[in-house]
Amino acid sequence: MSAVTAPAPVIPPLTVKGRVTQLHVIVSEWTKLHSLRSTRWSLAVAVVLTIGLPAIFAAITSSHWGSMAPHERADRHPLDIALAGVNLSQLAIGVLGVLVITGEYATGMIRASFTAVPKRLPVLWAKITVFAVVSFVLMLPSVLIAFWASQAILSKHDILQTSLSAHGVLRAVVGGAVYLTLFGVFCMAMGAIVRNTAGGIASFVALFFVIPPLLNVFPTSWQNAINPWIPNSAFRSIFQLTHGSHSLSPAGGLAVSLGYVAFTVAVAAVLLVRRDT
Amino acid sequence: MIEANALTKDYGDKRAVDGLSFTVKPGIVTGFLGPNGSGKSTTMRLILGLDAVTSGDVTVNGKHYRDHKAPLHEVGALLEARSVHTGRSAYYHLLSLAQTHGIVRKRVDELIDLVGLHDVARKRAGKFSLGMGQRLGIATALLGDPHTLLLDEPVNGLDPEGIHWIRNLLRALAAEGRAVFVSSHLMSEMAVTADHLIVIGRGKLIADMSVDEFVRRASGAIVRVRSPQATKLRELVLGPEITVTSNETGVLEIAGTTPEKVGDLAASNGITLHELTLVQASLEEAFMEMTRDDVEFKATAA
Repeated sequence: MSAVTAPAPVIPPLTVKGRVTQLHVIVSEWTKLHSLRSTRWSLAVAVVLTIGLPAIFAAITSSHWGSMAPHERADRHPLDIALAGVNLSQLAIGVLGVLVITGEYATGMIRASFTAVPKRLPVLWAKITVFAVVSFVLMLPSVLIAFWASQAILSKHDILQTSLSAHGVLRAVVGGAVYLTLFGVFCMAMGAIVRNTAGGIASFVALFFVIPPLLNVFPTSWQNAINPWIPNSAFRSIFQLTHGSHSLSPAGGLAVSLGYVAFTVAVAAVLLVRRDT
Repeated sequence: MIEANALTKDYGDKRAVDGLSFTVKPGIVTGFLGPNGSGKSTTMRLILGLDAVTSGDVTVNGKHYRDHKAPLHEVGALLEARSVHTGRSAYYHLLSLAQTHGIVRKRVDELIDLVGLHDVARKRAGKFSLGMGQRLGIATALLGDPHTLLLDEPVNGLDPEGIHWIRNLLRALAAEGRAVFVSSHLMSEMAVTADHLIVIGRGKLIADMSVDEFVRRASGAIVRVRSPQATKLRELVLGPEITVTSNETGVLEIAGTTPEKVGDLAASNGITLHELTLVQASLEEAFMEMTRDDVEFKATAA
């Protein structure tokens, strides 16, 4: 065999040596994100749901409008239709957020990542930055297209028409993209805390979708006091058009949500530096 | 250069690494030997700062690993447990790590060719065989052209050609003046690759010496003699530090002396010898002898 007698391989020298910088780590995390099939699928699903669901809802509403009672018609709001997809695409974004971190723990990649960047925190900041930018850049056009598409379908019957220049509409539509982005980052931080895909998904599902209905066991006065502040309600205040006396304003919702995100990320950061891998 | 000083690591109430002190010098291959579960991988993780030390200290090229501004240029590591995302291709795996240091793409292509993964570089690493995974690990370790290499069980899963390739590679890296630290639970592998040995058992240092010295000390070479006058020779040869055993009539196995001394003694006393052999224990035997009391899980006779 020629391979056995071949001379010892020589390592080509590396002439230009670099060093770890936050920017380098961000570029690295971008490579990691786009080079996984699961990422591309999750994001594609999020885009399709965000745009597709409002289009379907608009079509259904249009075709049934003639047979709907006046109070039913009054309940319909163009923004509820335009942002209907957000409710479903948030699952894809949340799962992806968790996976961005827990995928590395599950496969052992995290050891390679932390060997390259032993201070660790730049990896977390870079993951958050890349994921937040990618989510927002994809979700903003998606919610805008969802708005225009649903409006175009509804306009054929000349019903439920509004425009981005109407009071609060642009803010609510953009808020949909902001909501998805912040929710994704929150889920990523949860993933970093539990370091396990199933556990990460279970924690955000419990926090946002299972626990809120359970609060109904409390007296109404308690509910009214607690509800606006729980993560689910606070996050949703960002893109809701109407704000009653028992919900936060969009700005208040954004502030409280940012607080939740900051707290969760801070816990994740402390644990990331302290724990063995 | 790796310097460990009283390195200790506890997981709960179990002590995995216990007061280890050693130095890995540049220019040679240092073998890190111990039975499975003796703390080799833990020590490697402590060196890389992946796990925090309980007490003691370990530095690489004079600094804690975490304090290096460009760690991939200092240390290249191949960790025993796979540390590759199974859904990512070898190319993007290497590229993402290279980018953390601003290392150019050309370097990634160079190393993929060097380790022979050219044809599969765009395939998902999860589909790789153990051997291909090891080659990818080697490419990862060499990415930053580091002064120090840390390889945990690099020959695991390699075919004979691959094992030969790794041996040559390690020797070439050491010849270039790099410090090469290779762990293995196979003494025979270390015998042909390493210059120096650090042996541990149950997290404690058992030996820190050259491979030659290790064999000499551990085996306590035995002189085997066959003689019709064995009984007389036995009485003559006995002394302090010298033990004689005999399992066969006319055959002595003498520990603590040399064939030269036995031969001279026999000649000067007119004793006929039919055989005079130095019985050298194999490295594997030497290793087992040395770690006999330090193996964590022992098979017990039923």
